Formats: sequence, structure tokens, C-alpha cells
Amino acid sequence: MAWTEVIEPKSKLFDLKFKEAWHYRDLLTMWVKRDFTATYKQTILGPIWFFLQPLLMTIMFTIVFGKFAKLSTDGLPQVLFYLAGVTIWNYFSESFTKTANVFKDNASIFGKVYFPRIIMPLSIVTSNLVRFLIQFFLFIGFLCYYKFTGNPSVQPNLMILVTPFLLVIMAGFALGAGMIISSMTTKYRDLSFLLTFGVQLLMYATPVIYPINSLPEKYKIYVMANPIAPVVETFRYAYLGTGAFSWVSLFYSFGAMVVLLFVGVFIFNKVEKNFMDTV
Amino acid sequence: MSEVAIKVENLSKLYALGQIGTGTISRDLERWYARIRGKEDPYAKIGQTNDRTTKGSSDFVWSLRDINFEVQKGEVLGIIGRNGAGKSTLLKILSKITSPTTGKISIDGRIASLLEVGTGFHPEMTGRENIFMNGAILGMRKFEIQRKFDEIVDFAGVAAYIDTPVKRYSSGMYVRLAFAVAAFLEPEILIVDEVLAVGDAEFQKKCIGRMKDVSVNDGRTVLFVSHNMAAVKSLCTKGLVLKNGTFDFYGTQYEAVDHYQSSQIASSSFIHEGEIDSAPGNQNIRMLRFQAKPLNGEALSISSGVQFEVEFYNYKENINLDVTFELVNMDEVIVFHHGAFVCSNKDSKKTTYKVIGKLPANFLNAGNYRFNIIFGENQRFGLYSKNDVIQFELTNESFGTNSKTLPGVVRPDIPYEIINL
Repeated sequence: MAWTEVIEPKSKLFDLKFKEAWHYRDLLTMWVKRDFTATYKQTILGPIWFFLQPLLMTIMFTIVFGKFAKLSTDGLPQVLFYLAGVTIWNYFSESFTKTANVFKDNASIFGKVYFPRIIMPLSIVTSNLVRFLIQFFLFIGFLCYYKFTGNPSVQPNLMILVTPFLLVIMAGFALGAGMIISSMTTKYRDLSFLLTFGVQLLMYATPVIYPINSLPEKYKIYVMANPIAPVVETFRYAYLGTGAFSWVSLFYSFGAMVVLLFVGVFIFNKVEKNFMDTV
Repeated sequence: MSEVAIKVENLSKLYALGQIGTGTISRDLERWYARIRGKEDPYAKIGQTNDRTTKGSSDFVWSLRDINFEVQKGEVLGIIGRNGAGKSTLLKILSKITSPTTGKISIDGRIASLLEVGTGFHPEMTGRENIFMNGAILGMRKFEIQRKFDEIVDFAGVAAYIDTPVKRYSSGMYVRLAFAVAAFLEPEILIVDEVLAVGDAEFQKKCIGRMKDVSVNDGRTVLFVSHNMAAVKSLCTKGLVLKNGTFDFYGTQYEAVDHYQSSQIASSSFIHEGEIDSAPGNQNIRMLRFQAKPLNGEALSISSGVQFEVEFYNYKENINLDVTFELVNMDEVIVFHHGAFVCSNKDSKKTTYKVIGKLPANFLNAGNYRFNIIFGENQRFGLYSKNDVIQFELTNESFGTNSKTLPGVVRPDIPYEIINL
């Protein structure tokens, strides 16, 4: 007899149920849509917050790190330098933080109905992708302003074509790391306390507020070992024309992402079946 | 034609009791170490069934233990049992919310479960948006929902408010809309958990009608968990009774309901043996004995009357202590709810009390009865209560030449005066 489905205590390691997830694709788009309708309901500024948030962060960085700490920006206009970093970094950090809390935030839904759990993290990176695009246009606006007011240091080049690739890497990191953390927080809540702190620490370990070229040679290697660093550097190199870019480090990034994603999916897959008993 | 839709084999589910979090890392390591040596889980003691009234020695409990059954296609299986019998766990496993500890379930057909209506409803979104959202969560494609949209809105009766955020809905409208989405799902197998307990009587009728429709006309398989015996009898074709996580009975819906109702209480007298503080109760009251016996004669019958006695240990000093008895018949009708003050001058002591009540002969009709007991302070604050402490049966006695059990809750011996005019 051919069963449509067999429920057993343990699943295969990488039983990803792609077919099933595909069946639920409408759910993914609806989560994304819901995210947007729900987030800015009952705020006065509404969707303007999409612009305001990176802008405020950029202004803060410009004042604190640019004006007070006088960190180098590789000769680039400070606002543009920070905005570039913030735009690409935010995509990662927001997707990561939300994915890391996916079980906790959705316990009530997960506890009542089954759907392929992977839909949730996927909808998170998708909805953040839309957010990224909005912020990206803001960045492009500033870029055009600086370019056409004749700032010679701003040199966008053909590398902007790898932007989708960079986004894939960032999404992969956010998913992979997020799923690992989320799987562990179901049992050890302590991790969620460390999360905010960890993300901030990671930002300082990534060349978001400083260019990698400003570092002493012996520290460079450590920062470049952080697989997110090449993504941020490449992004800045592509749009602004300065930054440490090499294909090798970019592929290193990609490789690390693939490994992390695999581990993440593996752990997530293992935890999703029983997390309701512990959360 | 009978084909198997669901086949459950040796299904068990182990749950951890108490706090999870303290010492979990060391515990996890221990369990992991035991596993790699091929040993039993050191924290799961085998044979511990889920009886909530007695405290087990292990921190783990079998919420389900060795469950086997099959459901044929087109069958409506009612799953009944007391709270904690494992019904919800079974449904959760069937709907893949949690996985079994051991065993296997084979399913033929697309399965959809309704453990709750309105999952994923967002108060800020309109009725329309929520229908799509909820439908998608339940596994419907967008075009399927589109096709059913008018029917859903019509069934829920919220057409006028469909573009209003659901936070402006009355709770009744909200529930109706939520159930409507689920009612128009088209899975081959539908799992329903007591969602019928919502809404007004009219809507409940509508829901039951819809579920009958689904199973009879569309030939779909339904698993239905409920405490509502009337609903089980009218909806289901088969019944499964669970007891403390283990299989208890399987048969037609009528047999199952009968079995469940008559097995609800273990015995006609309750006597606690052992230490006082292990008796059922809490820090206020420990119940030691509860018995019902005939007032006169040897056996309980209509004409024997009933003497019921309770013995309990009271821990609360200097209060007005009262005890209330509730007699319930097989139709869940409360025959009486009555009691007495044990102490009424704020002078209760830490001691064992005994309360005796007498029901006169020729008062109750024949049948099965159960006693609930409630201990209280000043008829106001509950100290401890327990349902279904004991059950007893009053045997029938013929009335004149009629030896059948007569209808009615009571069967008093009424003196009639016959006057020939």
C-alpha cells in the first residue's frame, strides 16, 4: 500500500520536504505581506520608518564615529560610507535576529497547526529583502547626489552586478546562523539574552563603521576571517569604488555561508519536530 | 469498499514533567551518553502511565503508550477520554505539531487539522485578508481559497464586515469566520478538536451539519475529539476511548460512549490506604474515605436508601469549614448540590472529620450515579474539590406490575389519595 505520508519519531537528516514547502508558497507571500501591513499599523509615520531607521543610524554613526572618533572612511564622504555599510549590514542583522527568534515568536501558531516550518525563516529573509530594496533606493539616491555634485572619490563600477550574489550570501548567513540559534533557544533561553549583544559585537567585527584598509596589517587577517566582512567590503567597493575586494575572499564567504546554511538546516530540521515540547 | 486512511502502530509519546531548563545541559549529556552506549534513557522510567491523580516517581511521563488503531476511509472516528487521557497529544502527533517518541503512523491522503480556529488571524488585517492568511496556513492554495471565498463569507455571515479589520469584530463573528475557513478546507482527512464548543447554539448546529456533510456526502475521513457525548454519538461512526494514555476501548460510537461513561469511575467506594499526605487532596484537605452504602438492607436499590460517608483530614485551623456533595446522574444532570457546615464557629481543628449523609428510600430513580465533593471555607472559598469520587448503582424495583426502569430523575413513593366521587 502506498502511503501519502508516514509519521515516525526521527526524520532523515536532510529531509527538506521541498515539494511540500513549494505547495505552501502562497503562505510565504502572505506572511511577507502581513509583515508589512502589521508592522507599521498604528504608527504616525507609517512606511517612512523604512527610510528613517537607516538614516538615523547613519547620522548617529557620522556623528559618533566620523566626527568624534574621527575614524577613517577611506576618503569617501562619511554619510555615503556609513549608509552603504548600514544598508547591507541591516539586511543581515535584521534577518538574523528575527530568524533566531522564529520559534519563540511563533510558538502559538506552530503549536496549533502544521506547515513546513522552513516557510517562516524564508518569509523573514524575503520580507527583509523588500525592506532592503527600499533602503537600497535611499542609498542610491544619496549616491546619485554625491556623484552628480562631482565628488571624485565616488566611483561605482561593474562590480555592482554581483549585488544579487552578495544578497544571497547575506541571506544564507542570516538563515543559517539564525536557524542554529533559534533551534538552541527553544531549550536554552539564555541564548536570546546574548543575541542582541552578539549581533552588535559582530557588527564591530565587520567593517561596517570602518574600512578594512584602515586596519593595521596584522589585524586585517582576523577581520577578513569573518566571512561577512568581504560581503560588506565588496558592496562598498562596487558602489563607491574603494574597499578591499578580492574574488578569493568573496568565494571564501560563499563557502562559509554554504556550510553554515547546511548546519542550520540540519539542526532546524531536527528541532522543528519536537520543539513544541520544550519551548 | 474499505480502505485504510490512517494506521497507527505502537504509538507512544514521552513528556518531561516539571521545570525544563534547570540542569538540562548536564541531563542532555547524560542522556546522550546513555544513548551512544545503547542504553535506555536514564530519565524515562518505563511503565509510568499518565495518571495525574497520583504523583509518579519519574520526571517523565508517557502521555501515550502503545496505541494501535486503524481508521477506514470515510469513517468518522470519535476519540474520547477524560482530560489527560492523551487525546490532544494524539491529535498533535497526527497533525505533525510534535513527533512521537516511538511508533509509526501511516496516512493515506492529505490531512488537515483544526486544533484551534483562527490560527494566524491578525487583528489589524481585514476579514478578507485573514481568510486568505488562515487558509494558506491550513495548506490551501490561493486559487482554492478564491474559489471558496463567497461560500466561506456566506457561511460565516459576515459579508457586511469583510473589509473591516477583525479587531472590530464581535467575538462571535470572529469565531464564525475562523470556523468557516476551516469548514471549507478540502482535505481527505480532517482532524477536529472540540472547536464546536464555540459559538451560539445555532452556529454549533451549523457546524455539526457541515461536518456531517463533509463525511457523508464527500466521503472524507474525520477524526473528532470531544467531551460532548451527544455530538460524538450523532457525528461519529466509530469511537476510540483512551485512558491515562493507553488504549481502552474501540467500537461503534454508541458502544464507545457507553463504555466511557460506565468506566469513568473505578469503584463505588474510595478508601485511601497509607500516609495521610499521600491521599488525594492538597495542603488544606486530604480525603481518606468516601463510601455509599444502603441505609437498610444489603444492596443499593430504590428502596434501600443511600447512606454516604466521607472521612477527611483537615489542615486549616479556626475556619468555618463546610463540605458540599454533588450527585450527578448518567445524563450529566446534577440531582442535588447540597452540604453542611462541619464547623461554623471558626473552630476547625487539625483532625479527621467524618460526615454522614442519608438519602431516604424511594427517592432516587434507578441508575448510575456519581458523587462530586467540594470542601470550602465559609461557603465561599474552595479548599479542595474532586469530581467523580465514587459511583454507585441503584437497582430497579418493579413498580406495581411494571418491572422496567421508569423515566425521570426521581422516583418518589408518593401517597395518593383516591376518592370515589
